[in-house]
Amino acid sequence: MAKINGAVVVDTERCKGCNLCVVACPLNVLDLQKKKVNNRGYHFAYMVEAEKCIGCQSCALVCPDACIEVYRVVEK
Amino acid sequence: MELKDIIQPQNRVYKKPALLNGNHMHYCPGCSHGVVHKLVAEVIEDMGAAEYTIGVSPVGCAVFAYNYIDIDWVEAAHGRATAMATAIKRLSPDKMVFTYQGDGDFAAIGTCESIHSCNRGENIVIIFINNAIYGMTGGQMAPTTLLGQKTSTCPYGRRVDLNGYPLSITPLLAQLDGTCYVTRQSVHTPASVRKTKAAIRKAFENSMAGKGTSVVEIVSTCNSGWKMTPENANKWMEENMFKKYPLGDLKNVDDKKEE
Repeated sequence: MAKINGAVVVDTERCKGCNLCVVACPLNVLDLQKKKVNNRGYHFAYMVEAEKCIGCQSCALVCPDACIEVYRVVEK
Repeated sequence: MELKDIIQPQNRVYKKPALLNGNHMHYCPGCSHGVVHKLVAEVIEDMGAAEYTIGVSPVGCAVFAYNYIDIDWVEAAHGRATAMATAIKRLSPDKMVFTYQGDGDFAAIGTCESIHSCNRGENIVIIFINNAIYGMTGGQMAPTTLLGQKTSTCPYGRRVDLNGYPLSITPLLAQLDGTCYVTRQSVHTPASVRKTKAAIRKAFENSMAGKGTSVVEIVSTCNSGWKMTPENANKWMEENMFKKYPLGDLKNVDDKKEE
């Protein structure tokens, strides 16, 4: 069976920590930083369980600030 | 597979549309405006229409839309975006003209312009963001505010005897002969975002095909005005807003021809 590897890159300075991507992710890959903040003081999103990501783009679609880039590789 | 092997330019499946520039958006965290801006930029980019698109931005939260999408923009007086779009489209019929308006702009102060430009069947696209509140000025009651909803000018909830009924303007516009495509969408889940993108694309294509006015209403959240977190605002919208403003196509002239 093909294995799908995904990854997201968050533009941390653009992120406003609205949590919508965390809610949208079907595999609970994302979370907001608990202590770190960006220059504007927002707790930005990051991949907490990177190996689970399948690159489905759900997070990127609902992101209001377009700060998520999605990468996807299908291993055959 | 290592993370650095996955994150390579050839594996990229989603990125910020190039038309959406790097300016930091002034919208509150979780605001639906950002998603709609992104979709508009994506659709214009997909159509290759950046050179001949003119947007008309309203007064309201989206007043600075011209700072974020790299196309030509005009700023209209409050509520008069459709009147200005009419003039632009009539003078330059080869341009793709759209207005981007909130409910305070489109359904309150601009009701006259909105209804008459739809009735005239101007070949423009109206993107109408309905979040049931005046977001920019501090969360006052709008005509679209739901019954019982608390805002800063009706702190005990909207009442029929005092404030009247909420205005659902899109079904009104669907009755007019000038409109060709009237739809109501939302942007709270990945699936709804994809549907909204398809609706915006169709509306833009209708405008260039000269079929009439297309209205895309997007039921949105205003989490700051509603005093909720973005995710709770989405839940509240699903539970309350969709009862008064059900999603779906209200009118599509293409469907009638096929029957």
